[in-house]
Amino acid sequence: MVSLTDVRPVEERAWFKTERRDNVLRFVVGGEWTLPEAPRLDPKLRALDLAHVREAEIDGKKLDKLDSAGAWLLLRTKRALEDGGAKVRSFIIPESYGPLFGTLEREHKAPPTPETQRLPFLYRVGRGFMHSMTQGYEMLGYLGRVTVETVETIGPQKQLRWKAFIHQVEETGINALPIVGLLSFLIGVVLAYQGSDQLRRFGAEILTVNLLGISILRELGVLMTSIIIAGRSGSAFTAQIGTMRVNEEIDAMQTIGLNTVDVLVLPRVAGLVVALPFLTFYSDVMAMIGGAVMCYFDLNITFPAFLRQLQGAISLNTFLVGMVKAPVFAFVIALVGCFEGLKVERNAESVGRLTTRSVVESVFLVIVLDAGFSIMFSILGI
Amino acid sequence: MGAAGQMNGRDGDIVIRARGIVNGFGDRIIHDRIDLDVKRGEVMGLVGGSGTGKSVLLRTIIGLNKQKEGSIKVFGNEVGDADSASMRALQMRWGVLFQEGALFSSQTVAENIQVPLREYTKMSQTLMNEIASMKLSMVGLPEDTAKKYPSELSGGMKKRAGLARALALDPELLFLDEPTAGLDPISAANFDVLVRDLQKSLGLTVLMVTHDIDTLRATTDRIAVLVNKKIKIGTIAELRKDPDPWIKEYFSGVRGRAALDS
Repeated sequence: MVSLTDVRPVEERAWFKTERRDNVLRFVVGGEWTLPEAPRLDPKLRALDLAHVREAEIDGKKLDKLDSAGAWLLLRTKRALEDGGAKVRSFIIPESYGPLFGTLEREHKAPPTPETQRLPFLYRVGRGFMHSMTQGYEMLGYLGRVTVETVETIGPQKQLRWKAFIHQVEETGINALPIVGLLSFLIGVVLAYQGSDQLRRFGAEILTVNLLGISILRELGVLMTSIIIAGRSGSAFTAQIGTMRVNEEIDAMQTIGLNTVDVLVLPRVAGLVVALPFLTFYSDVMAMIGGAVMCYFDLNITFPAFLRQLQGAISLNTFLVGMVKAPVFAFVIALVGCFEGLKVERNAESVGRLTTRSVVESVFLVIVLDAGFSIMFSILGI
Repeated sequence: MGAAGQMNGRDGDIVIRARGIVNGFGDRIIHDRIDLDVKRGEVMGLVGGSGTGKSVLLRTIIGLNKQKEGSIKVFGNEVGDADSASMRALQMRWGVLFQEGALFSSQTVAENIQVPLREYTKMSQTLMNEIASMKLSMVGLPEDTAKKYPSELSGGMKKRAGLARALALDPELLFLDEPTAGLDPISAANFDVLVRDLQKSLGLTVLMVTHDIDTLRATTDRIAVLVNKKIKIGTIAELRKDPDPWIKEYFSGVRGRAALDS
């Protein structure tokens, strides 16, 4: 007695049905068992109740087309039957698909890998913390190495690579003039406008000049320039050195006997340490010009009056307090840029990730150091 | 009709038909009106000296490089003029293995294989994992490769993983760019066997660029040789009789003889 307990044609293009008689299952498949059909077949095949099947017959005589995705579904079903304790006593598919199914059955043995589990929250926090600690530790070691090698270049055995150094000064300094100039000018304009607006209420418009002079020369000039350069040159250092790492150029240098710190890092660090103070000075000048222009149009303060007021407002120290920070910031930006570049792994994603990190880290360090300087100067009473 | 049936039964079926292809850089012509036919189910090798434009021809056929003149039809569709929809339809039917595997370095091997699946089908993640693991076993990579990143693989493994990705959509046509270059002789021989086996079991049509005369002997049905901006096509036996000095040197030089007469 044959009873059709379960007939499920799945679409017209690919279908299967199961016929069950006591403990014997007949599994009939047909149509095009191909990749486009696989997403539809998959859940229905998974939902099949294969329990208590003792013997099974798989009949694929009506298959029109079978590709490796379809063959996998067939193989998976066959294995599910076998794992459930059934004996597959006949397995028929068109002869031409024999090699494909045979290859698959022979080569594929291991079960598919389970999904990677999400790590517990605390574990991830801990790992992140340890990672930043290691990062800081490595950075400190790197700082030490660069310092030692820098000191060595002052000695007689070693010399700075002048050509590379000049190139870096041009690249990071001279080529940055337009953007630094424009942004500084605009900051001067904005500051003068906001300042005059507030100070006018007290009838103290003329103090706008003092506000401009002190804030720009002490803080904003150097800070603005450093942040622009961190975005412009720090990122370029990481990307350049990182790409060299991806291409194994760094490895090639080391095998030739070139010192990577010597060749890549020192010219960049030295170049930026020289370029950034000049850029800062330029930025100060441009911002003051921006402020003066705004004062002239908004407050009718003429240029001679502006300069006279400025002379009274600031001392040489105000200017020097800003300038003295520039080489320190430059050193940090170049150091972080090169350090992250050398940490790039041999894949494209790592270049992007570390370039981002290099910029974020150097901007962060610049602002933290600036705060440190402020505290130091207030203690020293400058 | 099955894969093997297609192979034998429709022998005259032309998968790639290139007519009058002209390619060049600036004033320098590298292909001067080339014709090339690849039949369904055959493995064709593409050889030529350095700078004869083997890879350029391959890139032209897959639409990465626009020819200056001529027409290329793949499965009867013009490649150069194809709009994006019909180009996608074409791209679903072919797989390409680039020289270094060209795996996406930010993704694991399994994710690499799933990229085309995700792009062209809507299947569950579980099924995609199963298919990725199946493709890996088809190209002879161990199960644990799935979770590795391309940077953790050797050159040969990268090529196999690249092949698994190329096979992800069960293509009818496979392009291989120097599949055995940079592999040791044993891995290269294994790769040859692998390509031949897959070609047989999946009924693939294969066009491969190669320098390796052992690979040519082991896998190809016919060979296309690029010489003097033109192309000469034939079996190894036919080409060995060719009077062209480069072809003579190629097949009858020390390496050629050693490979062919062994």
